[in-house]
Amino acid sequence: MTDAANGQVPASTDASDRPDPLDFLPPDEPVHLLDPDGTYHPDPDHPIDLDDAALRELYRLMMVTRKVDREAINLQRQGQLGVYASCMGQEAAQIGSAYALGPDDWIFPSYRELGAALVRQVDAAGFLHLYRGTWLSDHDPYKHNFGLMSIPIGTQALHATGFAMGARLDGNPIVAMTYYGDGGTSEGDPHEAMTFAGVTKAPVIFFVQNNQYAISVPLAKQTAAPTLAHKAIGYGMPGYRVDGNDVLASYAVTRRAIDRAREGVGPAFIEAMTYRMEAHTTSDDPSRYRTQEELEEAAKTDPIVRMRNFLTKRDLYDSALEDAIEEQTKQVASEVRAGIYDAPHGDPMELFDHVYLDATNHFEDQVAQLRSELSQGGEV
Amino acid sequence: MAVTMAQAINQALADAMAKDERVLIFGEDVGKLGGVFRVTDGLQATYGEDRVFDTPLAESGIIGTAIGLAMYGYRPVPEMQFDGFTYPAFEQIVSHLAKMPNRSRGTVKLPVTIRIPFGGGIGAVEHHSESPEAYWAHTAGLKVMTPGTPEDGYSMMREAIEMDDPVVFLEPKRRYWMKTDAAMPVTTEPARDAVVRRAGTDVSVFCYGPMVRTALDAAEAAADEGWSIEVVDLRSLSPLDTDAIVASVERTGRAIVVHEAARNLGIGAEVAARIQERAFYHLEAPVLRATGFDTPYPPAKLEEFWLPDVDRILDLVERALAY
Ligand SMILES: Cc1ncc(C[n+]2csc(CCOP(=O)(O)OP(=O)(O)O)c2C)c(N)n1
Repeated sequence: MTDAANGQVPASTDASDRPDPLDFLPPDEPVHLLDPDGTYHPDPDHPIDLDDAALRELYRLMMVTRKVDREAINLQRQGQLGVYASCMGQEAAQIGSAYALGPDDWIFPSYRELGAALVRQVDAAGFLHLYRGTWLSDHDPYKHNFGLMSIPIGTQALHATGFAMGARLDGNPIVAMTYYGDGGTSEGDPHEAMTFAGVTKAPVIFFVQNNQYAISVPLAKQTAAPTLAHKAIGYGMPGYRVDGNDVLASYAVTRRAIDRAREGVGPAFIEAMTYRMEAHTTSDDPSRYRTQEELEEAAKTDPIVRMRNFLTKRDLYDSALEDAIEEQTKQVASEVRAGIYDAPHGDPMELFDHVYLDATNHFEDQVAQLRSELSQGGEV
Repeated sequence: MAVTMAQAINQALADAMAKDERVLIFGEDVGKLGGVFRVTDGLQATYGEDRVFDTPLAESGIIGTAIGLAMYGYRPVPEMQFDGFTYPAFEQIVSHLAKMPNRSRGTVKLPVTIRIPFGGGIGAVEHHSESPEAYWAHTAGLKVMTPGTPEDGYSMMREAIEMDDPVVFLEPKRRYWMKTDAAMPVTTEPARDAVVRRAGTDVSVFCYGPMVRTALDAAEAAADEGWSIEVVDLRSLSPLDTDAIVASVERTGRAIVVHEAARNLGIGAEVAARIQERAFYHLEAPVLRATGFDTPYPPAKLEEFWLPDVDRILDLVERALAY
C-alpha cells in the first residue's frame, strides 16, 4: 500500500517487479579470453563448449570472410561493384556471435555483416549483388534465417524485436539477434526496440560492434555514456562488454546472452569492442579523420592472427589446415568473381513485379510505357 | 439497431480476430481502455492480452515491431493514436513496410494494416486533426484506403486485414459517430473500386473519407438550385480507380475534387492530372479543388473557416457551371 501521508503517490506498478540494477551493469573490462599471442584464459562464467573441429571452423570462417571482403574491395576498384562496406577487423565479433546461435535462430543485420552472412551460408556473390546494384537484396531470408540487410541505421533492431515478440507469443523457443554499430546506438529505433524488448521480455540480442567510428565520427561524439553497454540498464536488460577481436570471447558472451533469452529471462545488449580496419565504405577517405599510427596500433589486435596463434598453441594448426583453407578461400573468391564479374544487369520490367502482390490499378500504364521505351531503345 | 462507424470498425476487427488467430491488435491505449475513440473496445477482454496489447509509447516501435511480427507470420493491425503522431513512424513505414516486399522480390510479405484516425472537425488541439494521406499515397508499396460510410468501415477493414500488401487505413474520425441501420457483417464493393454515392449529370464531385458526407450534403443543396451533382467516393487513394473517375467525368464534363488536406500536391492534384490526361475532350470546365488551405491545420476556433464545407463546394459548382 502507498503511504500518501508521507508524500508518496500511488504507483501504477508494483515496485517489486523492478529489477536489481546491479544485475544489468557491465563489467569494468570487456570479457577477454585470448591474448594477441593466443594465450587462453579460461573463465568459468564464459565456458567454451566447442570441440576442435568447431574451433577450426571459427578460424576458417574468419579466413573466408576476409578473403571475400578483400575480393569485394577489388571488385569495387574494378568497377564491378558500386560501393562496398568492408568488415575487415570485425570478423571475430561477427563470426563468434553468429556461431553461437542455433540453426533456427534469426539474424537481422546491417550492411556490414558479411561474416555473419557467411556463417548463415548466404551465398557470397549473392550478398554482393546489393552492392553491384543488380537488385536490392538477393538471398531468401527464410532459407537462411537471415533478414534483409538494412541500410537505414538501426531500423532493423525493431524488426528483430517484433520477430522475437512473435516467437515468444507462439511459444517457439528461438532467439533473434540484431547487429548494428556504435553510431546506431544514437538512433531512435534501437532505443525503441530495447524499450519494447525489455517490456515484453522478447528473446532478442542487441549486438553492437563498436568499431570506433560512424563513418568519420568517433565514439566520444556519439555518446556521453560511460560505455555503450551502460545504456542497457535503462531498458531493463543486462549490458555485456566483450573484446570483439577475440572470437572465443565473442562466442562465449553471446552464447550466455542467447541461453538466457531462450529460457525466457529476456533480452540482452552486447557491446563488442573492435576496430574497422578499412574505410567506412570504398567511397570514404579515412585519412581525413584518423592517423596511420592509430591504424598500425589496431592492426596489432587482429582477430585472425590471434585465433591462429591460439590454434597453433593447441596443436590444432598445421600446414595441412593452412593449405586446405588457402585452397578453399581461393575457391570462394573465384566463385565470387564468377558470380559478379560482368553479371547481367537486372531486367527493367522486374521493377514492377514485386511492389504489390496485387498491383491492379497501380501502374498498368507505366508498365506499358517502359515496355514501349525498351522496345524503342532496342531499335536504335 | 443503428450502428456507428466506430462500432462497425470495432466489429470488423473482432470478426477478423475470430476468423484468423494470426491477427494481432496493438498500439497506445488500445487494450484496457479500448482506444481513445473506443474503436478497439472490448477486444482485449474477448481475445486476451497476447493478441490485443498496449505497447510502449513509441510509434516507430509500433510499426517496426509490426514488421517483425509480420515477418514471423502474424497479421498485425497496429493503431496510430492520431494522424499527427504517425510521423515518428515515417521511416519504418516508408523505408521498410512499403519497400521490404519489393526489396526481397516478394519473399517477405508484410500483411500489416495500420489504422489511423484522421482529419479534423472535432475541435481538437494541434496535431489531432491532420490529413497526411498524400504522404502514404505517394509511397509505392502501400495501399491507402478510407471509408466514408459505416458499411465501408466494416467491409473495407475486413478486406484490408485479409490483404497481403501493407495497408494504411485512414478512419475519418469526425464520422466515427455516423450511423447506419444496415446489419453487420456487410460486404460492400471491393476497396479498390470508387463508388458513385449519388448519380448526377452536371458536375462530378470526387471525395473520400470525412468529405463524403459533406459532398452529399452539398449535392442535396445544389439540387435546390437545380444543379445535378454526381458524388463519387474514391475509397481507395492508392491505387486510384482512374477508370471510374474518367467515366464520371465523361458523363458530366465537370469535376471538383474535395479533401480536407491542404491543396498543394494533395490527392486532388493527382485526380485533376489524371482527368486531363484521360478525359481532356470531355471537359467543359477546368478541374477545381475544394480543400483545406496551404497552411498548418488551424486552432479549433478557426477550423470551420479552414475545412471545406457545403458552401465552398457550391461556390466551385457554380464556377464550374459558369464555363
Ligand atoms: C538513418 C540513417 N542516417 C544516416 C545514414 C548514412 N550512414 C550510413 S553508415 C553511417 C554510419 C554508421 O555508423 P555505425 O552505426 O557506427 O556503423 P558502422 O558503419 O561503423 O558499421 C551513416 C551515418 C544511414 N544509412 N541511415
